[in-house]
Amino acid sequence: MKIVVAIKQVPAGDSPWRIASSGKWIEEADLSYEINEPDAYALEAGLQLKEAHGGEVVALCAGPERVAQTIREALAKGADRAIHIVEDDPGALDPLVTARLLAAALHGEAPDLVLTGLESDDLGYGQTGAILAELLGLPHATIVMQVEKQDGGIRVRRELENGWSQHVEMPLPALLAIQSGFSKLRYATLMGIKKAKTKEVRRVMAADLGVAGPEGAPAASVIIDRLYLPQRTKRTQRFEGTPQQAAAQLVEKLRFEARVI
Amino acid sequence: MSILAVMEQRGGAWNRWSFETLAAARQFAAELDTTASAAILGQSIGHLAGELASRHLEKVYAVEHALLQDYTPDAYTIALRQLLEQANPSIVLFPHTYQVCDFLPKLAASLGKVAVSGAISHRVDHGQLVLTRQLFQGKVNADARFAGAAPHFASLQAGAYRADQPGPEGTPYPSAAVERFAPRISPGDIRTRPGDLFRESQQSVDLGAAEMIVAVGRGIQEAGNIPLIEKLARALGAELGASRPICDAGWLPNQRQVGSSGQTVAPKMYMAIGISGAIQHLVGMKASGTVVAINKDPDAPIFEVADYGIVGDLFEVVPALVEALQKPR
Repeated sequence: MKIVVAIKQVPAGDSPWRIASSGKWIEEADLSYEINEPDAYALEAGLQLKEAHGGEVVALCAGPERVAQTIREALAKGADRAIHIVEDDPGALDPLVTARLLAAALHGEAPDLVLTGLESDDLGYGQTGAILAELLGLPHATIVMQVEKQDGGIRVRRELENGWSQHVEMPLPALLAIQSGFSKLRYATLMGIKKAKTKEVRRVMAADLGVAGPEGAPAASVIIDRLYLPQRTKRTQRFEGTPQQAAAQLVEKLRFEARVI
Repeated sequence: MSILAVMEQRGGAWNRWSFETLAAARQFAAELDTTASAAILGQSIGHLAGELASRHLEKVYAVEHALLQDYTPDAYTIALRQLLEQANPSIVLFPHTYQVCDFLPKLAASLGKVAVSGAISHRVDHGQLVLTRQLFQGKVNADARFAGAAPHFASLQAGAYRADQPGPEGTPYPSAAVERFAPRISPGDIRTRPGDLFRESQQSVDLGAAEMIVAVGRGIQEAGNIPLIEKLARALGAELGASRPICDAGWLPNQRQVGSSGQTVAPKMYMAIGISGAIQHLVGMKASGTVVAINKDPDAPIFEVADYGIVGDLFEVVPALVEALQKPR
């Protein structure tokens, strides 16, 4: 089975958030980056399927030079090769633009299965997978927690609300958006890290992918006016001092003001 | 210009978040000086469409087909594209449910568009709708507006709008016409085969009935630290809950998960420890009585819904709290 896993590099969750002077993106200077968590699960799903059924795993990632680190980590965990779509302005990417780049970069690859994470921890649209399926003309399922290969296709378990699930069957090729918690994540081994250095990373420039036609890029249907830090609306009573002092004040309030304990 | 709310049902039962979307559609319509309609998809859904008729809408579309009986992204996309061609709305609103997340991106992309997914609020600026959505898991907001030709698409985060707000004053449509719409779908169009719904395990923990919940999040760092929180829960006589990452990692069973993919709770007291408060979590607990947040990040969104808060290291604060609770009054 030839499996492509689309992965994204995102700012680490405990990063300091400052809005860039353009108002359209965040200040990247102080950020550290990591693989988008749902994508780590998508990669894990791909690696497990390859181990069970043979084939290859290709990591596909769009972003500036810094994403090379995330690609190396995917290769160290066991991806066989990678495609890096070099795109220098991550703030300019909406999920349709991203999916167009990913689809164009897959031209000629003909994968049996394309995996993405369910959503990104940065933009959080949760759309790239389903859009990519539409662009590639593939059947898809999102919020996938389990994948089994069957004769002529796959059977997946989709998570629904409130603890419900559903099995869905579909033929291959197909696209699945994998939910966090799919399976335990593996760590890269020392051997894996060593091997990663020799694996192929094909670099393609976003501008060369033909996503923008002769008339220029397709017009965006959603324009981001500005980014800003949310106003905190509710006034929380905060308790200061040593942990002991703060804890004592909280218990006092819970007993005598809120009267809940 | 007009607004269409696409409601969600499964097996003849409403997804209750649909009614928030319906209320929002009416509100947007009033503010944009236009009309709101609603659509519902399925088979034999006449009674559901009938329920919508009295809700101050211009029209109710009952989109019926045998192949819409069980949800598939292919059938829903085909049916909605045909409906949009006929109804010609400018803005199409959806509740931000798991089902909508599955087909809306495909539907919008098939028309060369991106949906504004998970909008939390709106305003009207010079006659144009501006939607706010969250980035970076609630740390940053973005204001977005639509560009280019209609239709435009958005899904609304659960809890962002109140379902029970009354229709606008003097609304012109006390009773809507129900219009049956029969899309053209053939079995060959549908590539996925959905199975029946099931629940993995009997839910043995009913957080919904708990009077007090102590919930733990990523801040706990590792499975070995969970007993610290269990001790606090015992000292309070509270049930133990968790945010999604804790259950994903297998540190606590899934049935203790609070949030949009877990349980929705409303205890008298909810204490969130090391939980930053992503919207998916807030949706599941914001109806709680008294909310307490303990977090090292003073800017964590959880403080937005907290009545009481301590900014600090949970590994220092939680033991101090256990001690304070055990002191004789």
